[in-house]
Amino acid sequence: MEKPINQRAWLMVLPVLLLVAFSAIIPLMTVVNYSVQDIFGPNERYFVGTEWFQEVLHNHRIRAALWRQFLFSGLVLLIELPLGVLIALAMPKKGWTVSVCLVILALPLLIPWNVIGTIWIIFTRPDIGLMGHTLQELGLRFDHTASPLDAWITLMLMEVWHWTPLVALLAYAGLKAIPDAYYQAARIDGASRLAVFRYIQLPKMRGVLTIAILLRFMDSFLIYAEPFVLTGGGPGNSTTFLSIYLVKIAVGQFDLGPAAAFSIIYFLIILLFSWIFYQVLQNVGRGEQA
Amino acid sequence: MTLELRNVSKIVGQETHINSVSIALDDGSLNVLLGPTLAGKTSLMRLMAGLDAPTSGTVIENGHDVTGLPVQKRNVAMVYQQFINYPNLTVYENIASPLKVMGRPKEEIKQKVGEAVELLKLGDMLDRTPLELSGGQQQRTALARALVKGSDLVLLDEPLANLDYKLREELRDELPKLFGASGAILIYATTEPMEALLLGGNTATLHEGCITQFGPTVEVFRKPNSLITAQTFSDPPMNLVEMEKKNNAFQLRGDLSLPAQGRHAALADARYIAAFRPNHLLLQRSNENQLAAPAKVVVSEITGSESFVHVDVLGKRWVALAHGIHEYDAGQAIDVYLDAAHFFVFTPQGDLAVAPDPAGAG
Repeated sequence: MEKPINQRAWLMVLPVLLLVAFSAIIPLMTVVNYSVQDIFGPNERYFVGTEWFQEVLHNHRIRAALWRQFLFSGLVLLIELPLGVLIALAMPKKGWTVSVCLVILALPLLIPWNVIGTIWIIFTRPDIGLMGHTLQELGLRFDHTASPLDAWITLMLMEVWHWTPLVALLAYAGLKAIPDAYYQAARIDGASRLAVFRYIQLPKMRGVLTIAILLRFMDSFLIYAEPFVLTGGGPGNSTTFLSIYLVKIAVGQFDLGPAAAFSIIYFLIILLFSWIFYQVLQNVGRGEQA
Repeated sequence: MTLELRNVSKIVGQETHINSVSIALDDGSLNVLLGPTLAGKTSLMRLMAGLDAPTSGTVIENGHDVTGLPVQKRNVAMVYQQFINYPNLTVYENIASPLKVMGRPKEEIKQKVGEAVELLKLGDMLDRTPLELSGGQQQRTALARALVKGSDLVLLDEPLANLDYKLREELRDELPKLFGASGAILIYATTEPMEALLLGGNTATLHEGCITQFGPTVEVFRKPNSLITAQTFSDPPMNLVEMEKKNNAFQLRGDLSLPAQGRHAALADARYIAAFRPNHLLLQRSNENQLAAPAKVVVSEITGSESFVHVDVLGKRWVALAHGIHEYDAGQAIDVYLDAAHFFVFTPQGDLAVAPDPAGAG
């Protein structure tokens, strides 16, 4: 059968192509353009091939920042996921208290990143902050500008306080979607509370928890505003994460070539790990979202 | 086991879910709870199982008062309209789960699961998880889980409602046999009168939290004690008409009249409500006693071998269920035929006065 060929159909795809070009391809290609050239001025540029990439990959400070970044994201996931699920399990199932809980949970999510940093700086100050003052009265020294450990603790507190509610909300949505008949069936079987969690609630929450893990990983891997506001990456280099270091190279030293190469590698790392997480979670107990 | 409910009520907040229900169920009996959605079937089952405690009244098992005894301490099994299985366990593990919780030895679990799997034809599916099964197989798994438990009380809450027609027929046939062999009391909730008739056993009709009648299924169907029971136990709905008996005839509105013969002849002269089934409203005359009533077609639905013709007669909406294909236009004027021999006659209060003779009515 002859099918009429109509090239005008391409026009239909044009808006999407334009949108994707402006939102993704053009900016990304600009970065690629910078990453393979050494640019001195508007008319003075040299092609350098993979030199910037090699430099970035061999830079020990970037490597240190990368491990720091993994440690941070790992801790974030280890703390926020169990805590979020626990909060969701403890939340009321119906009645007016549900709305109250939801609003309280959502509050931290509404606060901008840089404001969060400022809030916690004030909170931990020994002279005017509630936490800082209390610790001082107890005889404990807590100073995030001097002690790397204290800086990390403050950062983790901020991050957990800010983002655990998101995990809790997602987990709560997952829990609410479980039909009551499952719990009845478990009661009739005489299943324990733990068994209900392990064999009904956890498998049923797998879909939303996958999303929670991906979101929290990507977001924590890109953390910038909190350490920037808190200490600007210090004390020393103890909270210099990838994004902070990247900004130092790009804006501080104006080394656009290495910064561009660094950005691309950074982007690929996040893409790779998100893909790995997704694949692993899809395969853990296949067919559990039924 | 025997199960008895005495004046059991369940009130949640301001709402009465179950209103003073009394019922006694025998060892090894099959009992159908028939009623529309929200009639209280599930609430009643939850009370029977011990999932909920009644607000008032007593629940008696084998002569012992078990009111308020939680479900874990009773030996009950329940299957739902949704296919409820543990999502990440295999079919084998799912079926074995109640026995494992009971702490039975491995050998026994293996043997019992083997038997149930054989009966429910799940042999090839043992290593799959529920998501890899069809709806029918998922429900078979849930049924097998209920079966291995060897419960004295098995509650099936519209277990076939989410299955397609063919699977439903197949499983409906097997269900009573499967559980019948164990001597358990089987309770089956359904919204479909047809299903109750096919299952047989006993039927309790439910209406707004009350059991309106309980007895052998065929008896309830043939002799509903009230208009409400008759309406619950009829699908498509009963056709109703108000009438008055005088001079050995039923006077309908619009100067229509039918001779009152046989069982109906003995009725005292008074006002009544007559109800008759849609298959007794005819589109063609088949005998002398039938009355021709002028009707206006509202819509006619054809379901393959049968037609449902909705008509407007004397300001009432009636349905005629006829074999074959009968096509009418909306608004078309036709005659429909009815015979008083098929009338269930109720008092204006809704109590049964006379039921038609099942042999004579044909």
